[in-house]
Amino acid sequence: MFHLLQTNVTQTVSDASSAGSYFPVGIQLLFVVGMIGFLMVVTHLLGPKRHTSDKLQTFSSGIESHGDARQPMAIKYFLVAILFVLFDVEVIFFYPYAVNFRGLGWSGFWAVLMFVAFFLCGFIYIIKKGALDWED
Amino acid sequence: MFSLEGITKSLQDWLYLNFNPTWALVIECLIVIVLAIALFAFLGLVLVLMERKVAAHMQIRLGPNRVGPKGMFQTAADTLKLIMKEGLTPDGADKFLFNLAPFVVMIVAMLILAPIAFAKGFQIWDINIGVLYVSAISSLSVIGILMAGWASNNKYSLLGAMRSGAQIVSYELSAGISILCIVVLSGSLSINEIIASQQNGWWLFKGHIPVIIAFVIFMIAVTAETNRAPFDLAEAESELTAGFHTEYSGMKFALFFLAEYINIFIVCAIGATLFLGGWMPFHIGNWQDFNHIMDYIPSSIWFFGKTFFLIFLIMWFRWTFPRLRVDQLLNLEWKYLLPISLFNLLLVTVIAIFGWHF
Repeated sequence: MFHLLQTNVTQTVSDASSAGSYFPVGIQLLFVVGMIGFLMVVTHLLGPKRHTSDKLQTFSSGIESHGDARQPMAIKYFLVAILFVLFDVEVIFFYPYAVNFRGLGWSGFWAVLMFVAFFLCGFIYIIKKGALDWED
Repeated sequence: MFSLEGITKSLQDWLYLNFNPTWALVIECLIVIVLAIALFAFLGLVLVLMERKVAAHMQIRLGPNRVGPKGMFQTAADTLKLIMKEGLTPDGADKFLFNLAPFVVMIVAMLILAPIAFAKGFQIWDINIGVLYVSAISSLSVIGILMAGWASNNKYSLLGAMRSGAQIVSYELSAGISILCIVVLSGSLSINEIIASQQNGWWLFKGHIPVIIAFVIFMIAVTAETNRAPFDLAEAESELTAGFHTEYSGMKFALFFLAEYINIFIVCAIGATLFLGGWMPFHIGNWQDFNHIMDYIPSSIWFFGKTFFLIFLIMWFRWTFPRLRVDQLLNLEWKYLLPISLFNLLLVTVIAIFGWHF
């Protein structure tokens, strides 16, 4: 939207990768927090406040709720989350390569091919182990 | 010719002429804030109306048509109603996390807006790692959703949040790899440089088949990441009521709703920037005359045209495909999209090393 903010800051702080270049996003963060806080407070003041015990129950489609939701969940969800952490780190490793691969040429490509091969070994292992099968 | 760049430039010159630099900066910040709020309000109102109109016309009905001409003020009326509603916090809920979750979701949605180039030279924040910033911040949105689902202390919410968590993190992998394809071809992470590299044609057209595959995977992945049908398991209304935001009401619900639509806009804007050239007009190689005619259409119209086309595509998906089951959803990602996008990335790398792209 505004290049102006950027140009101003880079004029005063000549180094583009310094903390000064993050100034616009800092402003944005502050103002987002302010705006949402303002909205929440205003709607809290505007809206009616009539609490009844029925209204404050957790919703369960009209029938009486049994217990609360602090119960064990299927382990598969956590497994997916852990696998994501591993694979996402590998995707992040691609970023430096993607920017620099022209300079690295073929030797860099073979190195990445080896990296992908290791990646695939892990991938085949989790498939064979049945980590992603949902029917028990 | 109409250009936003000219307007901002003359405004900046005027500010620096009449105020000292510190005050000029403060005034610019205020202008940016006002514009960002206006953009948010506009997007929220337009996208919700567009969703309802598209849905209606796909089902051969009229959609909202009572408030204002052709129902144009329907969303404004709905927003007003939501502002006046009571915002409940259920007794069983974790009060602090329950109220924090809408903040997290909205903050994430608004922070990703910063590096997007809306028109030529019209961008809040031109950072050299724009693409990395977008993929880093967008992975935070899952925290807000899990927080909302867990803090509600409702079984529907919890199930919705867990599904959504698994789904968002899984599809982020192939979305990230498809974005990397374009980073490989353009050799830069900066949004502006990626757009500049599409001066003689958009990547979708000059990148051969691998880029088309990357684009298709990107669209599937972002549909899943924004919890849209056919991947709307997180809020599957026929089985989970409303998923992770079942317990939310009033403005807190509206914030979730707004964040969802802002997210759709943002992912479509990113897709338009990477694959369809952002604000870059439609250029064909070195056909100078043709390119020159295309340059007469303002860059902001190109950007919003492409973005809204992609948004329309995502709305179209919703009324075309039936909802998947959670195991089918994760199978699609882990057993098909992830290996395909990985090999696709290697293919793109080979193409870029040989210089086969146009």
